[in-house]
Amino acid sequence: MKKVSYWAIFKNGLFGENPVFRLALSLCPAVAVTSGVKNGFLMGVAVFFVMTMVNVTVSLIRSFISPKVRIPAYMFIIATWVTVTDLVMGAYARDVYKEMGLYIMLIVAFAIVLSRAEVFASKNKLIPSMIDGMGMGLGFLLALVLIGITREFLGKGSLWGYDILHTRPLLIMVLPTGGFFAMGLLMGFLNWIDRKVFGGTGASSGGH
Amino acid sequence: MEGSGLWEHVLTIFIASALINNFVFARYLGLCIFFGVTKRMETAVGMSITFTAVMVISSVLSWVVYKYIMVPYHLEYLKIVIFIGIVAAFVQAADTIMKKKTPALYYKLGIYLALIVTNCIIIAVPLINAGEEYGLFESIALAFGSGVGFSLALIIMASIREKLDLADVPKSFQGLPIAFVLTGLIALAFLGFSGMITL
Repeated sequence: MKKVSYWAIFKNGLFGENPVFRLALSLCPAVAVTSGVKNGFLMGVAVFFVMTMVNVTVSLIRSFISPKVRIPAYMFIIATWVTVTDLVMGAYARDVYKEMGLYIMLIVAFAIVLSRAEVFASKNKLIPSMIDGMGMGLGFLLALVLIGITREFLGKGSLWGYDILHTRPLLIMVLPTGGFFAMGLLMGFLNWIDRKVFGGTGASSGGH
Repeated sequence: MEGSGLWEHVLTIFIASALINNFVFARYLGLCIFFGVTKRMETAVGMSITFTAVMVISSVLSWVVYKYIMVPYHLEYLKIVIFIGIVAAFVQAADTIMKKKTPALYYKLGIYLALIVTNCIIIAVPLINAGEEYGLFESIALAFGSGVGFSLALIIMASIREKLDLADVPKSFQGLPIAFVLTGLIALAFLGFSGMITL
């Protein structure tokens, strides 16, 4: 594999292949926990941690895993790190955990974590894998916060729990329905920017 | 609970998980597959059948393991690792058995089996069963209800998306963005079910 700068790997996760808006992977949590900025942020931090650690672990033991059983092996590595995150969050962020505990546990089924382990960490050395995990995790975090800001601001007129507008312009945005609307509109908007400003194709790669 | 009380409770769980707490529209799970297979009606129906079957069987397996192995030995904290293991092993086994015994069925539904492991609902249902300490019949009701609810969502969405091919959608919204907005509209309709039964 040719030498790629760490920054390029990092940036790829953040913008080029943003897990949510570009690859359209792991959409469930993107819609589920983003009714507020805070929840979105915490979920993003959890995913960031899991992705970095999974990439590191997979990269460290990649030469010991037989290719035939690699998927189950990755599954167990992911499940282990998710359990760690789950227990830590349950211990230190009690009230948030009550609300999104189920979604934290479901990080285990995120296609994005498994796909980065398979596509990147299983073929690369420790440091690039770590950077890739961090870039992807941060890209995910950024997407969640962006959706969270849109929804909380429009739905409750507040940001991170602080009241700003003193009214509730569009209550629908914090309801389940709003998650889908916010997601669709943001995706469309980013595609539009991509086409107008950067001259890209502006198409989200379809489904899962 | 015993007698008619139990069946009433089971029926409530079934209806609640199929309509009110529909996994796609109210809990936002299984979206990857939801958007992946709803481009055509045929794949949506195939996925629905496979998904419901796998869902029920794997949640029964998980329930047995949780109740008779994990709880007596205080291994509850391992539930994420164990449940994902059970689901993955079961799907792999079903894949192999179907390939040998019923090749015709395998070529129809086999590809959906492989996709199911990345579906959050399949792992969410055992976790909810364990969290709520449901009994066997309640677990089956929840699993079957979620399966029916997911199938309903897939079939509604597929029938709309087939028509969408003929519509004139703005370029930036083609593909996923418009699918999201559509899902939002269906979810809005499903909001009407809320409050029908309270659990």
